[in-house]
This record gives sequence, structure tokens and C-alpha cells, in this order.
Amino acid sequence: MGAPVNPAYRRYHPKWHRDRMPIFWWLRQLSYARFIARELTSVVVAYAAVLLLVELRAISLGPEAFDRFTAWLRSPIPTVLHVFALAALIWHALTWLHLAPRALVVRLGGRRLPDAAVLLGHYAAWIAASALLLWAVLSA
Amino acid sequence: MPEAVAIDIRRYRPEEEAEPHWQRYDVPFRREWMVLDALNYIKDEVDGTLAYRWSCRMGVCGSCGMMVNGQPTLTCATYLESLLPGPIRVEPLRGLPVIRDLVGELSDFLAKLKRVKPWIEREEERPTAAGEYLQTPAEVAAYKQYAMCINCLLCYAACPIYELEPEFLGPAAIALAQRYNLDSRDEGHEERMDVLSTHDGIWACTFVGECSTVCPKNVDPAGAIQRYKLEAALDWAKSVVLPWGRQ
Repeated sequence: MGAPVNPAYRRYHPKWHRDRMPIFWWLRQLSYARFIARELTSVVVAYAAVLLLVELRAISLGPEAFDRFTAWLRSPIPTVLHVFALAALIWHALTWLHLAPRALVVRLGGRRLPDAAVLLGHYAAWIAASALLLWAVLSA
Repeated sequence: MPEAVAIDIRRYRPEEEAEPHWQRYDVPFRREWMVLDALNYIKDEVDGTLAYRWSCRMGVCGSCGMMVNGQPTLTCATYLESLLPGPIRVEPLRGLPVIRDLVGELSDFLAKLKRVKPWIEREEERPTAAGEYLQTPAEVAAYKQYAMCINCLLCYAACPIYELEPEFLGPAAIALAQRYNLDSRDEGHEERMDVLSTHDGIWACTFVGECSTVCPKNVDPAGAIQRYKLEAALDWAKSVVLPWGRQ
């Protein structure tokens, strides 16, 4: 901290009242709750990455291990879990894409490219990457 | 239309009480009245001990920001009519220490604002005789949005991060830093990066986005912070990948 502008300023001045932030501050309004829910989907993103690693390991251990892994995936609890995880991942990805125009300011010919153009660019890149992946998998 | 409207005000008088308390005032309802007009009525006609800040009455000075029904609001720009039937709850801005009644302590913000150098930094000042620094309309447009900030601190009251981590520079200070960073006459970008690209600077922001929602001047501080994160990350990547990346 630099020198305070007001020399009498103290963060914990005895006569000033400071509210304590409640633990459930994120229930104060819908936008905070939505923010926290979105932050929590990051846990699902991490889970998806770990799941991918486990799958790769099963592949490296041979066909039997991979069959055991896919059999586990098909059982009821993982199925329900992964339907939920997929929904959370899609929401995470979509909200991420929709935040992109706020961070990315593109200027073309002295004009700021409209947010919709930046957003469409991101969607196009997403579709292109997915198509490339699909092509690689199908042609293998 | 009602004849009167109830206003609940959170009072805090440090010489008389340890904790704030709520006090109800009934004010006559007038269609043309803003919340600030009702507060002025209370101060003039009902209870002269009520303390609050105001000045211009036209959404320019940024003094009369308060929590109205839980939302950071400029009281001079909010009609009583839009809050009917009441009671209307008026509190001091959230996240600031309260000196008295509706008056928050601003020194923390002012010190932070100073740290980001919200003025044009030049390596060498041009002599006055050389004339003014000229800008094209496009160069003005690059920063104008951020120059609209009136330091009303509604964005600080909307930001849960500022409340959780009081060291956070906060939305307005960062948006105003961007205002100068994006100014073609300014050369203080590198110095500001040292203050802004830190744990207490842009990286403390988790993009709740409420600062931009409540901003009465459409400054979009959340956008300014995310833009700066992208820039700082690219700057860092350049310095790692390219040996000549950082001048």
C-alpha cells in the first residue's frame, strides 16, 4: 500500500463501522449465485481432464483393461454423473465463449469489431477444432 | 399514487451506539422526486442529524452512491416512483467502512487510485511552445468509455472480491488505469503494469461482472480488467518465448 491520501486513515479505525461479510453472501442476489455456480463447474472441467487420463491409462494397459473401463462407464452411477458433467461442461464452455468479446477488442481499419463478430469467430474456431478432431478420429 | 412512502435508513452514530440500527421515516410521495430528494426532505424537515453525501443532483459528481433496496445506486438518478410501494431501504455503500449514517470512508480507494497513476505519464514533457498533443477521433474513441468514470464507487459496492479481499485495487481504479494506458499521449504503460498485473491487481478479479452491471456511466470496468488480463498474459508469454520479447 502506498501512503494513504488521508493521514488519519486506518483500515481498522475504532469508530468506523465495518460490516462482516456473511458466508452466504452469494445468495444475496441471483447474479452472485450464477457466478458461484459457474465457478463450481471448473471442478467438473478438472474431473473431465482426470477422466481422460484414466481412459488413456486403460488403453495403454491393453484391451481387457479398456473393456473394464468402458463397462464401468456404462453402469448407472457414472452414466448419471456424466450426463450432469456434460451439461456443466457445455455451460462452462458457452459462458466462456460469451465472455470472450469483453476481453478481446479487435480493431480493423480504425473501427472496433462488434462483439457479435468476435463471438462468431470463437464459435467458428470451436466448430473447426471439433471437426478436425472428428476427422482425425474417424479416419484413424 | 400513494400520499407517502416509508424509507428505512440504516443509521450509525459512533458516539452513541456500537452497531448501526434502522430508522423509519415517512416522506410525502412526489412523482418527480428522486431518492436523494426524499433524503433532503428528511434532513430539512424531519431529522437534521441524518448524515449523507451529495452535491450535483445530476449524476455527474458521484457523491450520492448508496445501497437502495440492496443495490448500489446513485440516489440522484433513481425515482422514488420506481421503488414503490416501499418501504425503501437505504444503506451506506457496501464494502466501505462507515463513518456515520450513510457516509462511507473513501481513503482506501483514493490511495489505490493514486497508485495506478491516473494521469498522462510522459518520459519527456514537450515544451508548451511546441503546442498541444493532438489526437484523432479514433484515438479518443479508444479510451473515452473509461474516461466517463465519476468515481462514485458503485462498482466497489457491487464487487464481492473487494469485500473479501480489501487489498484488491478494485474495478474503477483499474478501469481508470486502462483509460490512460489506451491514451495515445501516454507513456506510463510499463509502470502501471507493475502495479496492475499483481495478485492485488487484475489477477484478484474473478469476473463476477456486477461492477459493469451497476455502473451508471457504462464504463464496463469488468471488460477493462479482462482486456488487461489478456494483455498482461500475452506480455508475459512474449517475455518467456521470445528472448527479445520484453524491451
